[in-house]
Amino acid sequence: MAAVTGPVSDPGLAAAALRVREHVVRMCGGPEGGHLGGSMSLVEILLVLYRRVLRADPRDPRAPERDVLLLSKGHGAVALYAVLAEQGYFPVERLAEYCLPGSDLTAHPATAVPGVEMPSGALGHGLSLGVGFALAARLDGTDRRCFVVLGDGELQEGSVWEAAMAAGTLGLDSLTAVVDRNGLQITGPTEAAAELEPLAEKWRAFGWNPVEVDGHDAGAVTAALLASPQPGRPTAVIARTVKGKGLPLVEGQARSHYTRMGEKQRDRALAVLRAQARRAAR
Amino acid sequence: MTATASPSGREVYRDLLVELMASDERLVCVDSDTGLFTGVDFGETAGRYVNVGIAEQNMMGIAAGLARSGRVPVVNTMATFAATRALESVKVDIALTRLPVRIAATHGGLAAGHLGPTHHSLEDLAVMRVLPNMTVVVPADAGQTRELFTAALDVDGPVYVRLGRGPTPDLPGDAPQVRLGEAQVLRRVPGAAAVLVACGPHPVLAALEAAAELESRGVGVTVLNMHTVKPLDVGALVSAARNARVVVTAEEHWGAGGLGSAVAEVLAEHAPVRVLRVTAADEFFPVAGSQRWLLARAGVDSARIVAAARRGLGCRD
Repeated sequence: MAAVTGPVSDPGLAAAALRVREHVVRMCGGPEGGHLGGSMSLVEILLVLYRRVLRADPRDPRAPERDVLLLSKGHGAVALYAVLAEQGYFPVERLAEYCLPGSDLTAHPATAVPGVEMPSGALGHGLSLGVGFALAARLDGTDRRCFVVLGDGELQEGSVWEAAMAAGTLGLDSLTAVVDRNGLQITGPTEAAAELEPLAEKWRAFGWNPVEVDGHDAGAVTAALLASPQPGRPTAVIARTVKGKGLPLVEGQARSHYTRMGEKQRDRALAVLRAQARRAAR
Repeated sequence: MTATASPSGREVYRDLLVELMASDERLVCVDSDTGLFTGVDFGETAGRYVNVGIAEQNMMGIAAGLARSGRVPVVNTMATFAATRALESVKVDIALTRLPVRIAATHGGLAAGHLGPTHHSLEDLAVMRVLPNMTVVVPADAGQTRELFTAALDVDGPVYVRLGRGPTPDLPGDAPQVRLGEAQVLRRVPGAAAVLVACGPHPVLAALEAAAELESRGVGVTVLNMHTVKPLDVGALVSAARNARVVVTAEEHWGAGGLGSAVAEVLAEHAPVRVLRVTAADEFFPVAGSQRWLLARAGVDSARIVAAARRGLGCRD
């Protein structure tokens, strides 16, 4: 398990992002559909974490010295599954069982899936769990870091702020929250449902060190996540993202939250993704 | 029957936990500002006492994170806050993951007395019992609190321990050793016509009083202290009830889903017999009063147990 401590050369990330988005589209094009928009917005965040930041071994997902990642926005499960498979936690072929009867690959993450630390799906649980992991690391005297990926709509759950207050009070600087700030929830803009801004100021007021980045700029996300934390303050990375990123037809639209694509739509979406990747490569 | 004064179960639990923390590095005491630990000297284990503030659901999640990291967290709150406010966190973070979190729930039943119905907990046994993987324990006196809590630390999975608030009388000194998961047989009469099954300090004492009263009227009575509500000791229950004509349950809990329901479920499937339940009435109790006074007002005392047994046996008054 190699610790990553400096700038990372990872030219494969863009190609991996394309593959992950293809997996996401295929799963969302399956019989049960899937949470497309909030999974597409997460891709770079999860890839940077797994490829560049986390000390983790896909062959031994529960190794005691691992860093911990919790996907608190459990509806990003398809992105998580795709990244875990790409990282070698389980065979990529298994993604085809997503949501088929009897499969562990449910629409919200289950701990039976290798690499899934804790169940999620009911919103507002992950940050409390993260406080527990960070507290245990402190008691154990280890340098384990814990990353909790939250949705922005999820921040409307009061328990998130209970946990934020606790982490700030306890000064848990090994804890990092990453907010997938795509700005949308099922019914529309987050700000129309319950105002989150000024979001960075909210985290700061709770004793955190907020950092704002473009959540699709892998370099910026990497820099934010590899930066040394401020002593005694947990870090909140607010990653500005686009819901449905990669599919112009649904980008930035709340209707991408949960999608049942037919076969034709799915194939068209896959073609769009590949065309984009070809343009980017030129 | 003589009853002696005793420290409260929650104080016995608190002192025991502080003692156990010194020898068991896994233990972490997670508090939601209950006040139970005010002035307690944790000594060298002070780093393993964490007050996370008045935030019960957050506390349950923190405990799950600690437990997944190899610790055995003991969370502290009142019974009703554990069972209702924090329920989703108990279900998703603790029961679903089967993590070894110990939930020390004070103010069980009507123990909060004058604090009113927001602090009463007449639903917790039903709520906790319905969750897969959860063990549910109700010690009947301070001594049992010590023995059952110590045993609970070794359970593979989460445990809910219902504690009271003020002192309650000890069970008679001749009660047999209490073992987690096994009914404590407080009185055994071979071929007894009536079997009384109770949990919690006042209901168990009321059952013993009722048994003495019934015996004086010539009725043979077996009494089980069913301190472990889940998993229920099916063997002991079926064996005691097999030749009985009536089984009467008594508990400090509403009628739906508690000990009486658990007993009725088991006996309906394994040894059908008439089951009559003495429980708190299906209403809230927004009045001041001591635990025992409120419990009698709610419908649970020895006279009701006697009356239920006699009704079940077809006795005429």
